[in-house]
Amino acid sequence: MTTVESAPAPSGPPRKRTSLSGGKGLSTVRRSVDPVVGVWLAALAVTILGWIVVAAQGGNFLTTSNAVAILQNCVALGLVAVGQSAVILTGSLDLSVAYLISLGTLVAAETMASGGVVTAVLAVLALSVAVGLVNGLIVTGLKVNAFIATLGMAFILRGWIEDNYTGPAGEVPVSFQRLGYDRIGPIPVSVFLLIAVAALMWLITRRTRLGHHMYATGGDEHAARLSGVRTGRTVVLAHVLCSLCVGAAALFLAARLAAGAPWAGTEARYDLESIAAVVLGGTALAGGRGGVAGTLGGVFVLAVLDSVFNQLSVDPFFKNVVRGVVIIAAVALYARPRRTPKPPKALPEGRTA
Amino acid sequence: MLTMQGVSKSFLGVRVLHDVGLDLQPGEVHALVGENGAGKSTLMKVLAGEHAPDTGTITLDGTAHTFSHPGQAQAAGIGIIHQEFALLAHRTVAENVFLGREPTRYGLVDRAAMERRTAELLAEIDETGITPRTLVRDLSVARQQTVEIVKALASDVRVLVMDEPTAPLADHEVALLSALVRRLTARGLGILYISHRLGEVFDLSRRVTVLKDGRRVTTVRTADTTPDDIVRAMVGRDLTAYYPPRARHDEIGDVTLTVTGGGNSRIRDIDLTLRAGEVVGIAGLQGAGRTSLARALFGAAPFTTGAMTVGGRPLRPSTPRQAIRAGIALVTEDRKTEGLALRQSVRDNALLVTRAVAVRGRPPAGREVTALLGRVRLQSRGEDQQAQFLSGGNQQKVVIAKWLAAGPRVLLFDEPTRGVDVGAKAAIHTLVRELAREGLAVLIISSELPELIGMSDRIHVMSEGRLVGELPAGATEESIMRLATAGSQRPSGAPDTRREGAA
Repeated sequence: MTTVESAPAPSGPPRKRTSLSGGKGLSTVRRSVDPVVGVWLAALAVTILGWIVVAAQGGNFLTTSNAVAILQNCVALGLVAVGQSAVILTGSLDLSVAYLISLGTLVAAETMASGGVVTAVLAVLALSVAVGLVNGLIVTGLKVNAFIATLGMAFILRGWIEDNYTGPAGEVPVSFQRLGYDRIGPIPVSVFLLIAVAALMWLITRRTRLGHHMYATGGDEHAARLSGVRTGRTVVLAHVLCSLCVGAAALFLAARLAAGAPWAGTEARYDLESIAAVVLGGTALAGGRGGVAGTLGGVFVLAVLDSVFNQLSVDPFFKNVVRGVVIIAAVALYARPRRTPKPPKALPEGRTA
Repeated sequence: MLTMQGVSKSFLGVRVLHDVGLDLQPGEVHALVGENGAGKSTLMKVLAGEHAPDTGTITLDGTAHTFSHPGQAQAAGIGIIHQEFALLAHRTVAENVFLGREPTRYGLVDRAAMERRTAELLAEIDETGITPRTLVRDLSVARQQTVEIVKALASDVRVLVMDEPTAPLADHEVALLSALVRRLTARGLGILYISHRLGEVFDLSRRVTVLKDGRRVTTVRTADTTPDDIVRAMVGRDLTAYYPPRARHDEIGDVTLTVTGGGNSRIRDIDLTLRAGEVVGIAGLQGAGRTSLARALFGAAPFTTGAMTVGGRPLRPSTPRQAIRAGIALVTEDRKTEGLALRQSVRDNALLVTRAVAVRGRPPAGREVTALLGRVRLQSRGEDQQAQFLSGGNQQKVVIAKWLAAGPRVLLFDEPTRGVDVGAKAAIHTLVRELAREGLAVLIISSELPELIGMSDRIHVMSEGRLVGELPAGATEESIMRLATAGSQRPSGAPDTRREGAA
């Protein structure tokens, strides 16, 4: 309870003071660290730190080739994480992304081997839409928790892959491999792919009605529904968007690998890695808060860390320990409200009588 | 303008609405009253498209409608202000106001238009304390409610349904809301106003409809009836003996709890004595520190200065656990978030405290729980029923049972009958008095002065974090208000006039 004894009434006739801010923190403003700024600052910090550490070991961190390598490493995880952001924002989750990538590379490479590149791209995107649609419909229609629904989908895809493929399959023509290896100036074309997909997703989430409804559904599904938002449709569309991003990642990986591989998505653990990047980027796992910009920051932090560890040839176990600590620390930081007193309009309760 | 005819609705074979009819004219406030469980909320949800009626028709301006999604009701011009706001805390006011119907330009959301239109709507209702870009979580409850109303106005509603709109508001905010309601009706809106507070109903409404057990009892012009008649229609009986008799002198026993010089960042100089068998009331305006006092006694927001004794032994609890071990129980003002595990059964809720803190030996067995629930006169569909499906009054009874299971000696009640219907209210009052009679020391905080006066053997008045006066049983509302508002007449910069969240 703040009492104001000294300040004159700002306007109007003297009003009987009947209500004061109650016990629920009206007198203080909760302002947590803005995660988007935070994660990009972290990215900067990690880069500088990496540079110092590598330099101390006699290496050179900030070379063009290294920077390009870091960017290149961002692409696959970045595409998946951008998609994952969409579902997590909407209050859902997708654990089937890793197997969808694997299947996507296989479908892409096999179709390219027999048909054309365009057919293959369309086939992968169609597969993605189908998987996303099914995921979304299971979550909204059958009311299965997203964790279980997409885990189940992951098992189904895994079963399909393991039943039909034992190793790399198909063949990617050189023309399509250019997606994985060509550069415009010093920058790989795949980085532009990531930027384009991320920009599109940013536009969708921030500037379209669908995006607003995604935030609303993730923030409070009941409130969104009562406001006339078709929450079910929103969740389904978010899953489709996610799977499309994953399809893009699969196409990129197929180009890199020059073939389809059953382990393309699972080896790098894109399912959990993408969730980690999204959360590191400040998107609330419960949905409704965050966004693509933060996710990209999260991906970048992970990529820089990777690069530093590689240059230092650190023990991979230790590497994972550090990554774990970084993710937990980041989320703990976002969760902590920073209490700042309101501008001194209202004095804190006078303890002097 | 709006007519509902022969509306019936059943849930799982239980009939909640029988053939209910209702009509609403433009510019009219039509009050809908009834005990909890009378079917008000269901009727409202049918109107809002959240439930489809089994039978019956809804006609709006001559067009019959069947709604299966809230969006359809909205499109037809029916807006609804729920008790629990349908707002997104982390989004801006404008984003909330236009949620579900964002204006677009070239396929993209036109944020500028959205904010401009929101500002216009806010100006239309003379609300100057809110800016379109403010985050909803930075607003007070009253202003969040205003955002809800603006949200309804933004969709050009003709009919506005308000469900207990004053329940979360402080007294002066109620007056502001009433003024807003009048402005809205002057613009030709029809308002269906659901409330437990008959004062407001008589203040605002042109007609009153009383529901009981899912049937319409009567619809009358407000001017032609009295609160007593309405209460009788609601409960089907007279409520003359509203409050149980107070404690006789010899029923007041030993001192159970004392505080001397207690204080923390919100309250100070608290001197308080609670005796067994006695009900002590705490009066005060919203924000006077009443809830803080209860939370301090309970160790939830502990005293930082002063001394406290419980049962003769010095103890200043610094956590609720310590307080519970010492035999202190707090029935909080917000039972849904602080009192109950809503998705757990009645039985699990009743055992919530004793399972966590073994106060007197082992947790009570099943039979004892049943006895306790009978003791608080719980009406439920069995002990397996989830707490969320109980009415407000019955939820409160479960909270009380939960504490009784722990065998407390001090019971603190913060707004014990908020959002509770008339019948359950009387039952809770009787129960509280019974418990005092059995030797518990009881402290009641209530914003409803008649309740406080009717229940208390002594009343302390709080103001600005201090106990500013003590009044005997049967004090008048005037004498309480005089103490509660004393010292606030000087032209102080009332915090409620500051622009919340204005950048």
